[in-house]
Amino acid sequence: METQYLPASGLLGSAWLLVVIPLLGAAVLLLGGRRLDKIGHLIGCATILLDFVLAVALVAALAGQPDGEKAVTDTLFSFIPVGELQVDIGLLLDPLSAVFILLITGVGALIHIYSVGYMGHDPDRRRFFAYMNLFVAAMLLLVLGNGYVVLYIGWEGVGLASYLLIAFWYRRPAAATAAKKAFIMNRVGDVGLIIAVFIMFATLGSTSFADVFAGASGLAAGTVTALGLLLLLGACGKSGQVPLQAWLPDAMEGPTPVSALIHAATMVTAGVYLIARSAPLFDLSETARTVVTIVGLVTLLYGAIVGCAYDDIKKVLAYSTVSQIGYMFLAVGLGPAGYAVAILHLLTHGFFKAGLFLGAGSVMHGMNDEVDMRKFGGLGSKMRITYITFALGYLALIGFPFLSGYYSKDLIIEVAFDSGGALGWILGGGAMLAAGLTAFYMTRLMVMTFFGRPRWDKDAHPHESPAVMTVPMIILSLGSVFAGFILVNVFPLGAWLEPVFGPEPEADHVVAPIVVSILTTVVVALGVAAAWFFVARREVPIRPPVNVSPVIKAARANLYGDAFNESVFMRPGQWLTRAMVYVDNRGVDGAVNGLAAGLGGTSGRLRRTQTGFVRSYALSMLGGALVVTMAFLAVRFV
Amino acid sequence: MTPTYYLVLAAILFTIGAVGVLVRRNAIVVFMCIELMLNSVNLTLVTFARINGTVDGQIMAFFVMVVAAAEVVVGLAIIMSIYRTRRSASVDDANLLKY
Repeated sequence: METQYLPASGLLGSAWLLVVIPLLGAAVLLLGGRRLDKIGHLIGCATILLDFVLAVALVAALAGQPDGEKAVTDTLFSFIPVGELQVDIGLLLDPLSAVFILLITGVGALIHIYSVGYMGHDPDRRRFFAYMNLFVAAMLLLVLGNGYVVLYIGWEGVGLASYLLIAFWYRRPAAATAAKKAFIMNRVGDVGLIIAVFIMFATLGSTSFADVFAGASGLAAGTVTALGLLLLLGACGKSGQVPLQAWLPDAMEGPTPVSALIHAATMVTAGVYLIARSAPLFDLSETARTVVTIVGLVTLLYGAIVGCAYDDIKKVLAYSTVSQIGYMFLAVGLGPAGYAVAILHLLTHGFFKAGLFLGAGSVMHGMNDEVDMRKFGGLGSKMRITYITFALGYLALIGFPFLSGYYSKDLIIEVAFDSGGALGWILGGGAMLAAGLTAFYMTRLMVMTFFGRPRWDKDAHPHESPAVMTVPMIILSLGSVFAGFILVNVFPLGAWLEPVFGPEPEADHVVAPIVVSILTTVVVALGVAAAWFFVARREVPIRPPVNVSPVIKAARANLYGDAFNESVFMRPGQWLTRAMVYVDNRGVDGAVNGLAAGLGGTSGRLRRTQTGFVRSYALSMLGGALVVTMAFLAVRFV
Repeated sequence: MTPTYYLVLAAILFTIGAVGVLVRRNAIVVFMCIELMLNSVNLTLVTFARINGTVDGQIMAFFVMVVAAAEVVVGLAIIMSIYRTRRSASVDDANLLKY
């Protein structure tokens, strides 16, 4: 289907302001220095709120356009005009990016407001808000770019903001290490993305979405598959998917609002956006799509299994994020049937996971930054608002009927079954099993945190957080409850995204949707019951039990993911660098230093010939003149 | 009167001058030996001019004389100042410019 692009005029031409406003905010906050410490957080919130208002106005204006014309491109300036390579910085506002700018600015604004309270006692609050603004600007550029190069700029920008914010408390070695880990693992993925961009330029001569998608059908099948797999590598790095998942749980060393905004709601879903945006490429390659689904399935099971074993409340939520993004990957890998569903889950997940992280932050705020759930317990009565909002987010996440997670996750499982064949059964069954595991680990988290007998440290005095923190939590919990219903029944997301992904194909149901719904709900109920049976029935020990089955031991060690990285990449890498240092010190430096020493010694000896006696110089001159004369005579007469 | 004798004489004078420069230490004597070498060269130039029937060599000899006169001025001035500072006219005493 051909989309008519509207001219970027009037309100629709002001999309660039979305990126510029938070960028200016970040610049002012960073350059303003200490004199802005008192009002830094207000500036930070104001820019994002302004952005949100602008985003709402833009999306409303876009929605008012007739069907088939719901897209605006706006070429701002020429970025790289070099011979064949013409890269323009341009923005593309279409239904897909519209959804994202609403999510980013909306959830972003709520989390900014929450951070005013959460970071209230931090002396570096201004710097925090500067980085957060920088993140929002980069993320908006990522989703608004009209080509892969602009997307890549935003992609690296969010990577930088993520690095800066994970290491926000840079004096803690754990935070600094986690930031480096995140940055390096992201780099592995970014290499895939940038190589994909190179291939696009080499084969199609352009990197803008419109040109690439128009020319994609003319490419060799192998090239399209390679592009798909390279883009998937980039997406895996940014979204914490197996095999590049290890950085995301460690990223929880950053402040909790960062975990909520960047490492749950927005940045880590950029991979899903990348694949959904590249839908015309993935539509052409069955292989690439299959690999995407398999990555999604492996990741969602991995995250769910590991999430069951951790005691750190933020890490459990982080593995839950890994797992839920696995669901989204599974859905986008299923092609036209799954794109809109994946975006639906992305949105509902954005609401409830951000709400859950803010709730966890509120708990930590009241418990002296304790994260070990074994030291919580019985907090339900002390923190009523946190408890209720968290419980709503929890119900939405496990897919309690008619809450938002129910709609999106059910649809994904349904679409997975519908994909047909043995793979369809594996994908659907795996997704359903993971739904049960999700119910188990989230119920475990709820029970250990809010129910049972208090197991607090002596100096803990749990208290409810101030209104500036609870109000965003309440709004997000409302979103967790109603977003799914609204996006399926009131404003159907599938119809809204049709101009981007094409019409949804008629589903060829392998299993009736109602059966999938009932089965999923039963599995979820079983998961909750299991958690009740294993965790809630008995006292939670303050120290984790030592004599446990090998499965739990493996899950506690995150299924040896870190161990694998360490033994396969880190240690050989260290050996390699050590060997290279040795070669550099002994080989290269030895050669250079040896040459210098040799020359020095030789010249020291040769120097002795300069005696300072005039007659010896005169003798050598005479000798030289005689030799020259002899040579001439020899040439002349011999 | 063959020109060869003049050339032999010039060679003898030149050799005396060269050996004098190499073996004598008194700066004045070394200087005089240099002048001897210059004049032996002058003699050679004039002789060859005579043999070839041209005046090129004679003109060259005039140039050498002018240069020698200028050189004497500078050289004697240097020897004078060395003598004033070191109380010696030996060339071996002026050996600071070495390794």
